[in-house]
Amino acid sequence: MIYFDHCASTPPHEEVIRTMAEVMAQHYGNPSSLHRGGLEAKKLLQRSRGLVAGLFGTEAEEWVFTSGGTESNNMAIVGAARRSTARGNHLITTEIEHPSVYDTFKVLEKDGFRVTYLPVNAGGFVSLSDVEAALTEDTSLVSIMHVNNEIGSVQPIAAIGELLKTRRSILFHVDGVQSVGKLPIFLREWGVDLFTASAHKVRGPRGAGLLYVRNGLQLEPLMAGGGQENGLRPGTENVGAIVAAAKAFRLAVESQEERSRRMQRLRSRLVSCVQDIPELVLNGWADASGIGGSTEAGSHASHPREEMSPHIVNFSYPGMKPEVFIHMLEKHRILASTKSACSSKDDKPSRVLQAMGASAARAASGIRISFGDEHGDAELEWLCQMLGMVVGKLKPLERKDQRE
Amino acid sequence: MKADMILIRFGEFTLKGRNRGQFERRMLQKVKGVLAPFPDAAVAHTYGRLYITLNGAPYETIAKELKLVFGIHSFSPVRRIESDLEMIRETALELMHSLPKEPVTFKVSVRRVDKSFPYDSPEMNHLVGSHVLRACPNLKVNVREPEVELRVEIQPEGTYIFNEVVEGAGGYPYGTNGKAMLLLSGGIDSPVAGYLSMRKGLELEAVHFHSYPFTSEQAKEKVIELTRRLAHYSGVPIKLHMVSFTEIQTALASSNQEPLIITLMRRSMLRIAQRLAEQSAALGIVTGDSLGQVASQTLGSMNVIGRSTELPLLRPLIMMDKNDIIRIAEEIGTYATSILPYEDCCTLFVPKSPTTNPNLKVVQKIEACIPNLDKMIEEAVAGIETISITPGARTTAEAAGNDDWF
Repeated sequence: MIYFDHCASTPPHEEVIRTMAEVMAQHYGNPSSLHRGGLEAKKLLQRSRGLVAGLFGTEAEEWVFTSGGTESNNMAIVGAARRSTARGNHLITTEIEHPSVYDTFKVLEKDGFRVTYLPVNAGGFVSLSDVEAALTEDTSLVSIMHVNNEIGSVQPIAAIGELLKTRRSILFHVDGVQSVGKLPIFLREWGVDLFTASAHKVRGPRGAGLLYVRNGLQLEPLMAGGGQENGLRPGTENVGAIVAAAKAFRLAVESQEERSRRMQRLRSRLVSCVQDIPELVLNGWADASGIGGSTEAGSHASHPREEMSPHIVNFSYPGMKPEVFIHMLEKHRILASTKSACSSKDDKPSRVLQAMGASAARAASGIRISFGDEHGDAELEWLCQMLGMVVGKLKPLERKDQRE
Repeated sequence: MKADMILIRFGEFTLKGRNRGQFERRMLQKVKGVLAPFPDAAVAHTYGRLYITLNGAPYETIAKELKLVFGIHSFSPVRRIESDLEMIRETALELMHSLPKEPVTFKVSVRRVDKSFPYDSPEMNHLVGSHVLRACPNLKVNVREPEVELRVEIQPEGTYIFNEVVEGAGGYPYGTNGKAMLLLSGGIDSPVAGYLSMRKGLELEAVHFHSYPFTSEQAKEKVIELTRRLAHYSGVPIKLHMVSFTEIQTALASSNQEPLIITLMRRSMLRIAQRLAEQSAALGIVTGDSLGQVASQTLGSMNVIGRSTELPLLRPLIMMDKNDIIRIAEEIGTYATSILPYEDCCTLFVPKSPTTNPNLKVVQKIEACIPNLDKMIEEAVAGIETISITPGARTTAEAAGNDDWF
């Protein structure tokens, strides 16, 4: 099987599995205990935190270990919104966020917060001017993802951060679950206040995530308990998973440049292969490093540059149920996904593709291919061949009325 | 203007006639140590100064390290050019254009050390100043409080142009003023006392008293971490002597002299420190005492406690306010460690009402009645565990677990 679903989850490194097993076996002490075993476990947490902080040019105290991306996003958004009610109750996010952000804002709306959901253009990008126009006197939080998990558009985080620097009271949260290890990240330079990362997206263990909370920033905790993680995340720390996650993050960040370059090549190969099959429509811009070659006409004045993350390609087969496509591919040893894994079981069209202005047929037939470290030219060749073959076989079953 | 050299000015020790050569050699050694990671950078020694030639090495990184070197009074990023009027004027202008923020006022200060240069200092002030003014119409001269002082030094080997003067740590090079023992408790004050002593050129060995199981393993690690921080400034390993004080403390506690317990403990500590000093050829004991801060630091207490040793007691913080001590602790990076909540052996036995004015005779009499006190002191000295803490060594947290887990 060739696994092209790295955006959903990744195969953990052998050494990550070994680290986790060894730490679990040797350091079962509770980090809050006073005895030597507890102290040693606590030190492992400190070392992990220091390692993670160093990878992002930050301080150890600024990182909270969580159970994963969903928890980090909830903790950041709810914690910041509730803490800043004195500053205002208006929040800004986008139409294309991951459910763990989008649905969290829906909950906050029920609690009485006012939320602006920013639109995106045909390529899947929010515009700086829309962000600026949405800001009000009451705005207390802006939450914008770095890389979109369905189509891979890279949001202009640096430019938005720059814009928000002039409005110090507005907090800036970035969901970086899909960008860590794929793109360079500069939290300090960009003026990011809160940043989410997840270990199992970078070949680490499940159940381990990170939340960066800029020094001096206070969040309202979601849970009450034993005061661990600075009171933000009570509960006995998952030491084995945290150490293993720190290792996975180190490996991912240290090899980021090389990985980006390699995946960039794979992406252009796959994009041109999709463009050669007339039944398929590429979602997002074609060129990974900027505009141009888009399958859809649309204005995309290049300010700032609109880039696609190198590890994601998304396309639609309008008129074809994507599940059928996925099952056909699996028969030929290819594992891909529809929409994001979290919502792929429901039948509704993709909220992200709809936000980009895609027709109902196109929005309901998205297929996502996402790359991992084990992929090379051979895997790509096979994938391209199979795409053509599967489309050929499915062609007679197309629902013509849904073709554009 | 991109600096290609760093000019380093020495501190007060340049005033000392006979030892100056030795001090300057130490300084040269220290600066060479800072430059060790940058093989392309070179350092040259002239009268009362050092010049680093960067040769592409990063100024910012080196500057950060230089700020920590004791004995450096100040330093400046400079450009060296040929002593030629036109070149001096052009480089001066280039410097003015490269400032991060355009100044409103400036002045030119020329020092002509090389008397063979055809124009003297006042003439040069005018020649350079007028050139800059012509090119920058918004700029004005203000000789009293200029925003930017453009400095030009005409030396025999060339002309140095700069405007920035970065304050250094000052003091004397580490270890040029003898050696002393530092009583290091783990609190806020003693590391600051250690830092200020080192800054004055004292070489230090640290002594810590623990009372396991009354004190915890974390308290010990806290002291190791503080010593590690101090070693960052010494630039060489610092010895840390760990003294087990449990037995003596228990004996003192059972003498039923609660108000005097701290006085008695401090006296025994000084005796042990003196024994260590003799072994290490140290000629003084440094403490973090600050007049009146706690009961054992009143003049009356210090009188009775201090008499237990014949060595000079050096108390760098004696006349400082707590806020000032905390400020220094924050600057030198010991504060966060010092306030970790682990008990040391003094805080643990603090009586409800400690005496602020102990009587020497009474104290001596009580000590005479404690069986085997001298022997216990001997044993404590014999049982000392000495660790050498290397600058840049990893903390226990940084070294936790197996390296291949991370």
